[in-house]
Amino acid sequence: MDSQAIATHPEHAHTEEHPPYLRHHFVTVEQQRETASFGMWLFLLTEIMFFGGMFAAYLIYRNWYYPAFVAGSHQLSIVLGATNTGVLICSSFTMAMGVYSAEMRRRGALVVWLLLTIVLGGIFLGIKADEYHEKWEKHHVPGLNFSVSDFVKQNPAYPDDKPLPLDMAEKAQVYFSLYFAMTGMHALHMVIGISILLVLVVRAWGGAYTEGHMTTIENFGLYWHFVDIVWIFLFPLLYLISRHQ
Amino acid sequence: MSEPTHHEHVVVSPKVYAVIFALLLIFTATTVGASYLELGVFNAVVALAIAVIKAVLVVLFFMHVKYSSKLTKLTVAAGVFTFVVLITMTLTDYMSRAWGLW
Repeated sequence: MDSQAIATHPEHAHTEEHPPYLRHHFVTVEQQRETASFGMWLFLLTEIMFFGGMFAAYLIYRNWYYPAFVAGSHQLSIVLGATNTGVLICSSFTMAMGVYSAEMRRRGALVVWLLLTIVLGGIFLGIKADEYHEKWEKHHVPGLNFSVSDFVKQNPAYPDDKPLPLDMAEKAQVYFSLYFAMTGMHALHMVIGISILLVLVVRAWGGAYTEGHMTTIENFGLYWHFVDIVWIFLFPLLYLISRHQ
Repeated sequence: MSEPTHHEHVVVSPKVYAVIFALLLIFTATTVGASYLELGVFNAVVALAIAVIKAVLVVLFFMHVKYSSKLTKLTVAAGVFTFVVLITMTLTDYMSRAWGLW
């Protein structure tokens, strides 16, 4: 299709303003880039609303069953949660540096920054898996093996926490349901992101993004930063409830 | 045929990224530290405020919105607005009825 157009209309060959990656339904490269970015932002807005629903549920149940939420939150490791927050912030930095490398047409640097992002994402998921395993072992998984015993007795790490009455202790299941739903959905987004990154690394190595067309890297960066922002809110809401004891 | 709106493509310097990266880590330490202070109901306010500041830094600098076109900025603002509507209208709905514990 393209060669036919050039054969019959030689002035339509690729030029500075008409690089090979400019699609014919766009007037300029700038318009094409802006449109792609706009599309990615629209998708991210739908993601904000998607996670927003779970945040709204969290807000309401935390208000209704606050003592159960405190008790649930005190079962999480603040060290692991803070470490994971640091890991994701590092991964956002490496992703931003990847975008810069693509803009500067440095193929090797781009591949390195993308690989670092993958490694950091993997570390995050590894720590998360360890946390989930601990929840399973301690019988804190609602619907599977949940037991109220940890919540009707004194939590040794928090001497000021009073043991909960049975009906409030049962509500800890609401806290853990939201914990698994929100961090699980976030982790799924991380897995999808890492999968896409693996494809991007291979294509980046082949030079696909360092010839002037780095829109894919830019827009994937937007997705990755968004996933980081979701965790930036999840961490204080789930891990830092009433730690002042 | 009218020209599409022009917006200069800005390349953000790694120095900016490094500064924002450091700020994000500092704010993370701050939010962990603040959670150990006895602030009553303001613990949640402080935690959310710090999270919002971190999110704004990521959106403006890592996601380049500060250097983006008006269209992009408007799109992000529309998203934030819709999210705020989701939260506040859901909360007012619950709080104005006799459901649950309000």
